Amino acid sequence: MNTINLAHGSGGLGTQQLLDHLFMRKFANPLLQAREDQARIPLAALAGQGQLLAFSTDSFVIDPLIFPGGDIGKLAICGTANDIAVSGAQAGFISCGFILEEGLSYRLLETIVDSMAGTAARAGIQIVTGDTKVVPRGAVDKIFINTSGFGVIPQQVHWSMQHIQAGDQLLVSGTLGDHGATILNLREQLGLSVELQSDCALLSELIAPLRTMAGIKTMRDATRGGVNAVLHEFARSSQLGMEIQETALPVKAEVRGICELLGLEPVNFANEGKLVIVVAPQAAGQVLDVLRQQPLGKDAAIIGEVITTSGVRSTGAYGVRRTLDLPYYEALPRIC
Amino acid sequence: MRYIDEYRQPDSVNALICQLNLQAEKLPYSASRPLRIMEVCGGHTHAIFKFGLDQLLPKNIEFIHGPGCPVCVLPKGRIDAAINIARQQNVIFCTFGDAMRVPGKSESLIIARSQGCDIRMVYSPLDALQLAEQHPHKQVVFFALGFETTMPATAVTLQTARARNLSNFFIFCQHITLLPSLIHLLKQPDNTIDAFLMPGHVSMIIGATPYQFIVSDYQRPVVIGGFEPVDILQSISLLAAQKITGQYRVVNQYKRVVPDAGNCNAQQALDEVFRLQGDGEWRGLGMIEEANVTLTDAYAQFDAEQHFNLPEQQVADDPDACCGEVLIGHCKPWQCPLFANGCDPQNACGALMVSPEGACAAWYKYRRQEVTYEYH
Repeated sequence: MNTINLAHGSGGLGTQQLLDHLFMRKFANPLLQAREDQARIPLAALAGQGQLLAFSTDSFVIDPLIFPGGDIGKLAICGTANDIAVSGAQAGFISCGFILEEGLSYRLLETIVDSMAGTAARAGIQIVTGDTKVVPRGAVDKIFINTSGFGVIPQQVHWSMQHIQAGDQLLVSGTLGDHGATILNLREQLGLSVELQSDCALLSELIAPLRTMAGIKTMRDATRGGVNAVLHEFARSSQLGMEIQETALPVKAEVRGICELLGLEPVNFANEGKLVIVVAPQAAGQVLDVLRQQPLGKDAAIIGEVITTSGVRSTGAYGVRRTLDLPYYEALPRIC
Repeated sequence: MRYIDEYRQPDSVNALICQLNLQAEKLPYSASRPLRIMEVCGGHTHAIFKFGLDQLLPKNIEFIHGPGCPVCVLPKGRIDAAINIARQQNVIFCTFGDAMRVPGKSESLIIARSQGCDIRMVYSPLDALQLAEQHPHKQVVFFALGFETTMPATAVTLQTARARNLSNFFIFCQHITLLPSLIHLLKQPDNTIDAFLMPGHVSMIIGATPYQFIVSDYQRPVVIGGFEPVDILQSISLLAAQKITGQYRVVNQYKRVVPDAGNCNAQQALDEVFRLQGDGEWRGLGMIEEANVTLTDAYAQFDAEQHFNLPEQQVADDPDACCGEVLIGHCKPWQCPLFANGCDPQNACGALMVSPEGACAAWYKYRRQEVTYEYH
């Protein structure tokens, strides 16, 4: 099997061969291998963990498919796993839909599937159901992936934007814009010889110790739209204001360099492994310490606070406050 | 970060503000009639708003944001003409990113691309030239935008195209030069421009001498300034000093980039490839005398307008838009009745909202939550 062809998506023998040879083998687990039309997950074990199911979906169309720090497969697992994890839940089960372009290299697909399997295994996630379509050349760009997943929110965790109050502190778990800058440099062939890596990562380990800490109001993983998009979501939901200090933003020198060169701002650049956390003021210091003790959180910082005047603002190095607008367009399309 | 951090140091900025406050007491201007400094370049506008420098100035010194954004002053019909070219058969239309989203009468280049036109974003006209060489059966057109800062790159690209005998490469020439627009503004009888902060990167090409007439014929002080906070504040201080003594001249603050004579190689390339012929239309300002940048006869073969024989496209702006008034300092962006009231970056009614470096767009993006508005 060198390339994917239309037979692999026809539902007949070609599809069976692809499933057997690749997906069933790489994603092996009893639920998947039962080969029912759906995954049947025992409710009792889940019900014991909590009252609420956190359920999320995400689609991945990134170009290029493979980049420093990850690939579309790793991203597809991390993206949905992280969306679940920021509710306090641990994603246990994921579905996976593939739309493949006729002519896609089988070896490339296998590399991506291996990455998904490895990432899922590290996170303790099972890929329990899926679908594969193959479309004619040009109808998609190589491969698009959708993943959906769920986990149970533990009984004691009540993270929600409804709890945001004026005076709360805004934290980030690390440097801004690593993923966006990496993709920009690669895709636009800017030729900047800098050591840039996507920060694509599973966040469940970073979040785990936070589940039992008091004072955490809510959190999001910053993806496309960057930290700025998350702040706008918080502001919109709470009708309060988010005010950040520019000098407090942790940014890698290489990312800053690209931003200065192209007139872009790190707050708008995509991340794929960073948290934005709203914390009660009395707990902020402790949460910061806990984050910094972990490799993924070593650059964590308090970047601002929630205020009563609505909107999103930034205070610069000279004390002047300015509006932090939400860009209408993305700085770079197909970032995730 | 070298060449950046040194010019953003808060201590240096604070020292310059203190100096400006002392100078302000000696200026013959008040808060109700401040010293009005026109900063011409979109890059200056952007930096002033991003760093909040206008908020740090003494009350009797203020900026007027001039027409130094080539995207903003591009007449709307030119976008329709560009789309017209892109729709021709076998055309690859190349443009800088800034122009992709500017709306014409009914659509933009990015919308035309979504409808099937081959429109590509490039970082340099040489990228477009490369495409022409890679696709000999296509006609590759480069949307040549910008002031003297970007003109040398276009000029050198055309010199290269001519040397290589390329017959499938063209430019849609919408370059503009700075000085005709300044003369136009200074000739407005009721303009309130007291001094000029000149664009550092245009000056890098043309040098300091071309501005001399502003001192001698129009009695305004001139400083050529860089784009970091220390550059801009230092330039304001130098202008204030000239206003205090009454001795005006052209001063080059941006010496680390701008040679007083400019860039001679670039000037030679510009002279060979471009000329000013006839009046040119600037959105927001109307017709400017002797402002139309065209190609010299030796390079006329590369002119996309001649090659594609395009019909003239005239698209008028909203009559309530106050762009012209903002440009001569009679009106602040937020005093225009359309500001944030039908006119915003996604639905730009006029020139100054169209590009992020336009005065209205900069105000909208960086300042609109801090100001309450009173509409006329």
